[in-house]
Amino acid sequence: MYTISSKLKTFSIVLMVVGLLGIGYGFLTAPKDIKEVEAILAAESHGHGGGHGEAHEAAPAHAEEAHATEAHEAEAAKPEAHATEGEAGVADQAHDEHAATGDAAASHDSVTTSVDTAAAPAVAEAPAEEHREVAAAHAEPAHADAHAEHEAHLEHVLHQLQNKPWAALYVACIFFLLISMGVLAFYAIQQVAQAGWSPVLFRVMEGITAYLPVGSILFLIFLITCAAHLNHLFVWMADGVTDPKSENYDALIAGKSGYLNIPFWLIRAVIFIAGWNLYRHFSRKTGLAQDEAHDDANYKKVFKMSAGFLVFFIVSESIMAWDWIMSLDPHWFSTLFGWYVFASFFVSGITVICMVTLYLKTKGYLEYVNTSHIHDLAKFMFGISVFWTYLWFSQFMLIWYANIPEEVTYFITRINDYTLPFWGAVVMNFVFPILILINTDFKRVTWILVGAGSIILVGHYIDFFNMIMPATVGDQWFIGIPEISSVLFFLGLFLLVVFTALTKAPLMPKRNPYIEESKHFHY
Amino acid sequence: MSTTNKVLHAIYNDDDVLMDAVKKTRAAHHHIEEVFTPFPVHGLDKAMGIAPTRLAICAFIYGCTGLSVATWMMNNIMISDWPQDIGGKPSFSYIQNMPAFVPVMFEMTVFFAAHLMVITFYMRSRLWPFKAAENPDVRTTDDHFLMEVAVKGDESEMVSFFEKTGAVEVKVIEKH
Repeated sequence: MYTISSKLKTFSIVLMVVGLLGIGYGFLTAPKDIKEVEAILAAESHGHGGGHGEAHEAAPAHAEEAHATEAHEAEAAKPEAHATEGEAGVADQAHDEHAATGDAAASHDSVTTSVDTAAAPAVAEAPAEEHREVAAAHAEPAHADAHAEHEAHLEHVLHQLQNKPWAALYVACIFFLLISMGVLAFYAIQQVAQAGWSPVLFRVMEGITAYLPVGSILFLIFLITCAAHLNHLFVWMADGVTDPKSENYDALIAGKSGYLNIPFWLIRAVIFIAGWNLYRHFSRKTGLAQDEAHDDANYKKVFKMSAGFLVFFIVSESIMAWDWIMSLDPHWFSTLFGWYVFASFFVSGITVICMVTLYLKTKGYLEYVNTSHIHDLAKFMFGISVFWTYLWFSQFMLIWYANIPEEVTYFITRINDYTLPFWGAVVMNFVFPILILINTDFKRVTWILVGAGSIILVGHYIDFFNMIMPATVGDQWFIGIPEISSVLFFLGLFLLVVFTALTKAPLMPKRNPYIEESKHFHY
Repeated sequence: MSTTNKVLHAIYNDDDVLMDAVKKTRAAHHHIEEVFTPFPVHGLDKAMGIAPTRLAICAFIYGCTGLSVATWMMNNIMISDWPQDIGGKPSFSYIQNMPAFVPVMFEMTVFFAAHLMVITFYMRSRLWPFKAAENPDVRTTDDHFLMEVAVKGDESEMVSFFEKTGAVEVKVIEKH
């Protein structure tokens, strides 16, 4: 039996307390009205110095900043962006995107009185002529009043800054929830595949998935706060988006409202989370019953349960990815997104199994786990890291290659506003693992695996950051106190729940039909 | 010793017996020249004390070579030599158009790694078409295992040693 060390307990509680304080700080320091935003932006333009602020007076400087966020506005579908588009009577999608780039060009023209394409953001890569055409069409309604534009921009930034602590919490919450889901999926696969090497690790995996019920509840509460309009993370939830009479009306979102509506969205979430938790609960219970049984009936039950769960999982996982992540960008869609999200948390889950196993092994609790088991886990870490990269690249390259405006804004905002996290995630999740874990001997060395595992986990946190932040806070992102605190809080909770759960049952299953093979597994 | 090049062929009909015999032979400090088996015997190389293969390291280097060749080739053709505008793809620098080159870079890496490694394997194992087979006993390709040991010192003592290891047949032959 494993007993949790008091040090680990204190450590995780400290993490939670520090995290909570930081989360509170994040919410308290979020700006409450436009005036605060103005002050923040003024301070920022001083901080960044040069180009913008000096050449123009205050209001134009803001207008120019509006260029930078314009691309995002179109894509994140903030109400104000659509207000102007709606006025201009823009209905079809392709036109919609041009309107945004056109707006950028137009405001540039009117404010700086010179067409300076070099200063325009990357949206200027679209043919310049088109810009001007659309700019001419939209110049009047959109920029009749430079002051209104300025106010609209401030409100836009206000929403982004108010979203920041929420989004930080959301990223960490979904990240840890999905890590335990990745472990659960791995567990089910091992059961169904009748793997001969992994039964000695089943109790470790079950311990990690003990976070699932806790994480699920917190996540559901978070979803309810979104549905209750306590935050603006999901733009399609905003009032009046589906109402043609409202100034917030968005024809595209209205067209998707058959799927993207709050009750249906919440019902789906409850069904998925309930399904996952039921499998986790009963597979654990039946697995423990197998220890005391005299035949293999329980084992067969878990086998059937796992097969059923995997079918449910792959369907629910795909829809989950649309609901909880892709719908943050309701104007954008990608068909392999579900798989991409899956690969991201699956590799994180396997990495967590490996690291928890290494921890327990070095503490002397896993007698029968040898370097061959660790080696196998490391191979999975390596292989699924490459699989993640494959999906990441397939999604990116297809969209980059075709460059259809409707889809490509997703990557333009990420490459322009999130340059370092965007490419950094590829380096951390692909280049480092492939170079470190390709060596057979390295896959058996504890400190190398802990190092590679940490890189992978941080890399996949950043991956989720990249998926969620651009749609919620746009170019106002920063990995500061709210973000780090949220991670610390959930990390502390995760450690506490997981290591407490590990004390609840012997770490070695007794009567698993494959346990003997697993104990003598040697590669 | 140096005056003779006699070898002893101990033939077994079970891989477990063979593994045992190999361990005993090593313990008795007889030099194993070669072991012929009809199929891979797991752990035989370790029992014989053969150094691990470096083929994987070769493959890694070949892969790097392939990646370099692909990068150089695509850069030379698409960027340096004739940077045409093909469907609006930016050909101003390699990095700008890199996503389009990645499939080529990947395939070339795999191609070089795989093929050059296979060729390295053939060369190191001295395998090629029309090569004369080096099989000392035709049964070793079917269901027998043969251990070839250099004869040193007392020949009859060695024969009785190998008979005790479970060999179904022990022969001493002059090697040319």
